[in-house]
Amino acid sequence: MKKPNLAVEIAGLKLKNPVLTASGTFGFGAEYTPFLDLNRLGAVVVKSLTLKPREGNPTPRLVETPAGILNSIGLQNPGVDSFLTEHFPSLRQFATPVIVSIAGNTVEEYAAVAEKLSRAAGIAALEVNISCPNVEQGGLQFGADPAGAAEVTRAVKGATGLPVIVKLSPNVTSIAEIAWAVAEAGADALSLINTLTGMAIDVHRRRPVLGNLTGGLSGPAVRPVAVRAVWEVYRVVRVPIIGMGGIVCAADALEFILAGARAVAVGTANFLNPRATIEILEGIEHYLEENEIADINELVGAAHIF
Amino acid sequence: MGYFPAVEILQQEKLTADCFRISLICPQIAGSARPGQFLHVKINPGLEPLLRRPFSVHAVNRETGEIALLYRVVGRGTRLLAQKRKGDSLDLIGPLGRGFDLPAAGQRVALVAGGIGIAPLYFLLQTLAGAGNSPDVLLGARTAQELLLVRKVQELVNGGVLKEQLSIKKGRPGSHNGSLSTFPGRVMVATDDGSCGHRGPVTDLLAGLLAEEKVEMVYACGPAAMLKVVASLLERYGVDGEVSLEERMGCGIGACLSCVCKTRGGNRQDFSYRRVCLEGPVFKARDVVWGD
Ligand SMILES: Cc1cc2nc3c(=O)[nH]c(=O)nc-3n(C[C@H](O)[C@H](O)[C@H](O)COP(=O)(O)OP(=O)(O)OC[C@H]3O[C@@H](n4cnc5c(N)ncnc54)[C@H](O)[C@@H]3O)c2cc1C
Ligand SMILES: Cc1cc2nc3c(=O)[nH]c(=O)nc-3n(C[C@H](O)[C@H](O)[C@H](O)COP(=O)(O)O)c2cc1C
Ligand code: FES
Repeated sequence: MKKPNLAVEIAGLKLKNPVLTASGTFGFGAEYTPFLDLNRLGAVVVKSLTLKPREGNPTPRLVETPAGILNSIGLQNPGVDSFLTEHFPSLRQFATPVIVSIAGNTVEEYAAVAEKLSRAAGIAALEVNISCPNVEQGGLQFGADPAGAAEVTRAVKGATGLPVIVKLSPNVTSIAEIAWAVAEAGADALSLINTLTGMAIDVHRRRPVLGNLTGGLSGPAVRPVAVRAVWEVYRVVRVPIIGMGGIVCAADALEFILAGARAVAVGTANFLNPRATIEILEGIEHYLEENEIADINELVGAAHIF
Repeated sequence: MGYFPAVEILQQEKLTADCFRISLICPQIAGSARPGQFLHVKINPGLEPLLRRPFSVHAVNRETGEIALLYRVVGRGTRLLAQKRKGDSLDLIGPLGRGFDLPAAGQRVALVAGGIGIAPLYFLLQTLAGAGNSPDVLLGARTAQELLLVRKVQELVNGGVLKEQLSIKKGRPGSHNGSLSTFPGRVMVATDDGSCGHRGPVTDLLAGLLAEEKVEMVYACGPAAMLKVVASLLERYGVDGEVSLEERMGCGIGACLSCVCKTRGGNRQDFSYRRVCLEGPVFKARDVVWGD
């Protein structure tokens, strides 16, 4: 049998395969070059950038919980200008699309960052992070209600010609409702999910473990929640979905694809195995061959019976 | 730096009630590791424990390709690590991070270890001894029973044996203050309960050494509270030093920004965050902004 097709199209972008990196877990890509060939990835999604550099939250910023981790990094990043001069030039060299995640305190800041990035040649798409649970502003205050989410989406769409992917939070009553609003506002694709707000308390010190008190839960513990989110959103919007949350192996990735994701992103798993993305990619290919499926696109949403 | 998914365990030894030394065979790491660097260890495949755990390179044998880790059981991951046996394997990334800057030839050096802090300093001592530098080594622990590697440290610090000081005292805790011999390269001990050596924190011994004005470079590893005292002593005496810090880590390779510590310099006036896994774990003592 000839090699199955792994290429997918997201927001008008042609990706050679559906395996992406999740923002914030893969730095600016260069960190992982000792372990894998970035050229093999479907796309690299970099850490969320803001207009000005951000210091992030006090430590501790990370704690392991059952089958997951809580993080409260707080969007520490060097700012969009420094990204463009210091990190992007080397990342651009790879034959892999670079998707830049953006965040802001205000709608105007999102638009300003989007505009700056659009003026730089070579960026494939923007991912709009309106779902970070670890900052007071610019995270969930936009992502948690349909009107706010749509407003940011419209502002970013107005500021850029690049494809716009909006990243949604699971910390809402109805993710489908927000997805609908964001799609109506012009989003070209959706990423889901960002982390779930959570907390851990040190019983010896009798204090919260994290410096920021609360954090965002990721890793295998959140996978069922994430798969459900993709399932629900797939039923109400037609824009392509990038699924993520607890993917550590090919079978996990396939769950998302069957639920309706056209691509997947790997986050926490990179910390466990720096080659996780490549192993997941190879596993998906193997699954297609073994099941004689000629094209990954045949599996997208295949678990639904309409 | 490399990724070694299956590194064979040659031996696991129990040194004290809760400290173990594990030796493994990994010629690439043995050949390239520098003192102060660490390995990011996946203790078990699968989800338990989930994250890797960072451990300093404790010793290397460049000829045989052996490496060793020295660790204290403090939680889930280290408890599972202690169950590993000869023939089992560990998944390692490393060597990682910035190690110690070696002293200039002929510099008078002191190493200050609090508890398990001897782990990376022992490798530094190996390297210094190999280069003919015989530093003073100050070892601190809660009790005599918890002191680690005193004999092995003495062997490396040529001739610096202070037998009397090291015999465990019964009955008269604290009466001996780890007196300072004139020998270059001394091993001095402090315990919190005075059951061996000086009674009190190991930083008391450092204060004594610094007052003598014979030390030009200090390397320290141990609990944050101890390192903070070390840094303030160094500042008071105007002596250079480096400290090895710990923070909770995700990736271990600079990608996730979990492991940051506050340092001076950078864009901001008050502090800037630097990654312990990449810009550290070893920092200049004067560059660290200490918490409470
Ligand atoms: C660069 C570096 C080098 C280290 N070298 C050594 C060494 O040589 N020997 C040794 O015994 N210990 C060392 N430590 C500390 C060691 O990593 C922790 O004791 C270990 O991770 C605890 O894991 P646990 O699952 O048993 O504890 P748990 O408390 O159950 O761990 C829960 C989480 O907290 C993290 N954590 C807990 N304590 C620490 C700590 N002190 N520092 C960083 N993360 C922590 C764990 O990695 C884990 O993610 C080092 C730490 C760092 C950062
Ligand atoms: C340490 C860490 C940092 C993260 N930083 C960001 C970020 O800057 N922007 C963002 O959109 N998502 C961020 N995320 C969320 C991930 O991109 C992803 O949505 C989430 O972790 C779920 O996937 P996972 O379970 O595979 O990690 C971060 C996650 C982690 C663990
Ligand atoms: S542990 Fe990820 S940046 Fe240091």
